[in-house]
Amino acid sequence: MDYTSMKARAYRRWEHLINLPQPLIFIGMGTCGRASGAKEILEAAKRTLKKLNTLGRIVPVGCIGMCYAEPLMAVRKPERPFVYYGNLTSSKTEEILTSYLLEDDPKPERALCTQGEGAMEGISPISDLPMIRYQKRIALRNCGLIDPANIDHYIARGGYSGLNRALSMQPEEVIQEIKESGLRGRGGAGFPTGVKWEFASGSLNRTRYMVCNADEGDPGAFMDRSLLEGDPHSVLEGMLIGAYAIGAREGFVYIRAEYPLAIAQIENALIQMTEYGLIGDGILESNFQFDIHIKQGAGAFVCGEETALMASIQGGRGMPRSRPPFPAQEGLWKKPTTINNVETLANVSAILQRGATWFSGYGTEKSRGTKTFSLAGKVKRTGLIEVPMGIKLGVIINDIGGGGVDGKKLKAVQTGGPSGGCIPMTLRDLSVDYESLAEAGSIMGSGGMVVMDEDSCMVDIARYFLTFTQSESCGKCMPCRLGTKQMLEILEDICQGRGELEDLSLLESLSKAVKKGALCGLGQTAPNPVETTLRYFREEYERHVLDKKCESGVCKALFHYEIDPETCTGCMACARHCPSQAARGEKKKIHVIDQDKCTKCGVCYQVCKFGAVMVC
Amino acid sequence: MERTASQERFGEEEKEIARVIVDLDREFEGRPEELIPMLQKAQRALNYLPEEILLAIARKLRLPAAKVFGTATFYEQFRLRPVGKHIIKVCRGTACHVKGSDRITHDIQSRFHVGPGETSEDRKFTLETVACFGSCALAPVMVVDESVKGRMDPSKARKILESIQEETGIS
Repeated sequence: MDYTSMKARAYRRWEHLINLPQPLIFIGMGTCGRASGAKEILEAAKRTLKKLNTLGRIVPVGCIGMCYAEPLMAVRKPERPFVYYGNLTSSKTEEILTSYLLEDDPKPERALCTQGEGAMEGISPISDLPMIRYQKRIALRNCGLIDPANIDHYIARGGYSGLNRALSMQPEEVIQEIKESGLRGRGGAGFPTGVKWEFASGSLNRTRYMVCNADEGDPGAFMDRSLLEGDPHSVLEGMLIGAYAIGAREGFVYIRAEYPLAIAQIENALIQMTEYGLIGDGILESNFQFDIHIKQGAGAFVCGEETALMASIQGGRGMPRSRPPFPAQEGLWKKPTTINNVETLANVSAILQRGATWFSGYGTEKSRGTKTFSLAGKVKRTGLIEVPMGIKLGVIINDIGGGGVDGKKLKAVQTGGPSGGCIPMTLRDLSVDYESLAEAGSIMGSGGMVVMDEDSCMVDIARYFLTFTQSESCGKCMPCRLGTKQMLEILEDICQGRGELEDLSLLESLSKAVKKGALCGLGQTAPNPVETTLRYFREEYERHVLDKKCESGVCKALFHYEIDPETCTGCMACARHCPSQAARGEKKKIHVIDQDKCTKCGVCYQVCKFGAVMVC
Repeated sequence: MERTASQERFGEEEKEIARVIVDLDREFEGRPEELIPMLQKAQRALNYLPEEILLAIARKLRLPAAKVFGTATFYEQFRLRPVGKHIIKVCRGTACHVKGSDRITHDIQSRFHVGPGETSEDRKFTLETVACFGSCALAPVMVVDESVKGRMDPSKARKILESIQEETGIS
């Protein structure tokens, strides 16, 4: 089918849905939504519609990004905007739907916001919400707003117009467009995408491969998952455009096994593409021919690294190799291969749809466009956001994220996953772009952003990351295999009270050695968390080695809990919750912790409403 | 002589393994790049990879057994030992760690005497830790048999495991 007819048909279907004379209900059914109970919400909505004897359509959508408020539901009555409700339960869902659909009372006090044309009294539009106001969603343009399993929704909103335009250009012109946009790889390294494509297309070899790296392994990052689950076609269209540009006929999507829903959405999307003539021979009735295969990862972080990924696709252990030759020269089965990240490809389709000039209007000179971030940790509004490059770090944490929880003082933000670093909150005016983050000692990374507060111990954080990289190290090269192990052992000693001051300089020289000697990105960046925590939080390390104290109350050997007799009200909350019967006391009498029984699990510290449990 | 419960189990398993080997032979061609998908398919059917399966795959792909074992042991996903009826995975990703997922794992370890990678004595559940599920906004996350549960804490985790322990019947 040709694009124009495809678009017209999709648009008709989409308009039909949006203008239904019956209620339309969108429910967030990404993994976050499901983990919060979205399935029960869906059932409750179905039940309620039946009870009210009302016809209506319930549509599962992906992640709108307000994960802190999942499960989410958006209700659109005919001629009205969508009204969003969050933190739902089955009974709240029934209550709200009955009230709005039967009595026309949308319960504004329960609503989060409206979305779409028209205003509703007492409910702010979504563009006013602090979490949304500072965002610019390009990669995430459709997430949460369409049914990801319905290709017509994607097409109706401009989908595959980018591919259509690309096919009318020469491959070199497509590459030029991407170069002009300034798009840099969103997987973490930030290499200019257009230049990367140029390398592969310049090869003399006729067979080339296009690969989508969906092995999002950074703990704390879930942007790629949300994209694949919420808008798989935006990624696949990008892949097709890339394949056309570099002259590839076959491609692979390498998805980690821990993302079953994403795998299912991609599988479904490929089936629909086959039906619509968007994959295989004669794509969109042109000469372009391209096939995509799905390859599942098997639980190895290192397989996110290009050469390890290719080794895994070829059926072996995911062990990196040295470069040159680079994948663009010799990749899969020694043929030129281009590997792009999920978010990069979602940007590619947007760029071909709306133009390089439009895209490069966002961001900074060297970091054009936008970046998604998974905002998580000790912040009020956790979720999936997308902001223009150059936004200040403090705006993300405080305005979008709403600041800390439980009145705690924020301490640091970790960016870039295990390859990144911890930036202290004092640097809240830091511009979020590739260069500034690197100067501060961290990296942009794939987009994981974990917020830490006064209850996080930065030495423990460094130890945590080294535990991860050490166990994920493939073992091939000595600097990584032995270096990370040694760094980990030193950090474990420090956290258990066996550290000495000299250990800090030893950590520093080990970091330098591992960075210089490691074969691949995993080893080369593994010391980053240690280097940044030493740079910005040296006092915490010194407290650990000199005073053998952990003031954040994390390293169990270096603190204990005590109840402040001045603040304790004898409410017995700690005694009730204590799993070891260590916290004891009578009603309205001061409580005491028996240090011999206490396992430092931290429950009393969390449940005490009066702040009477102190870290000593 | 009457067969004991575990002998019954063993006989059933042998039949299962034979069936999976036949399925693998039928579904795959025998190219080297099929190694990981074959291992994944076998594990989905049997919940772990018995030695016979690894050797059968090596024969099918005409690879040395060492290469198959090498690949199976490299990846975290593949288990070479049988697992319990329920698989409990506690996330040890960054956001989950910051929100106290350690406490959940330690609590399970001290209360139920099952550590990461281990199976309970009554074979009712296996505890694993995973580097990240990608549901970081709902930290701490625990997955019980493919069902993702967010905003967990030690007492919620305990309740789930206690209800698993109360299940009757042979696993």
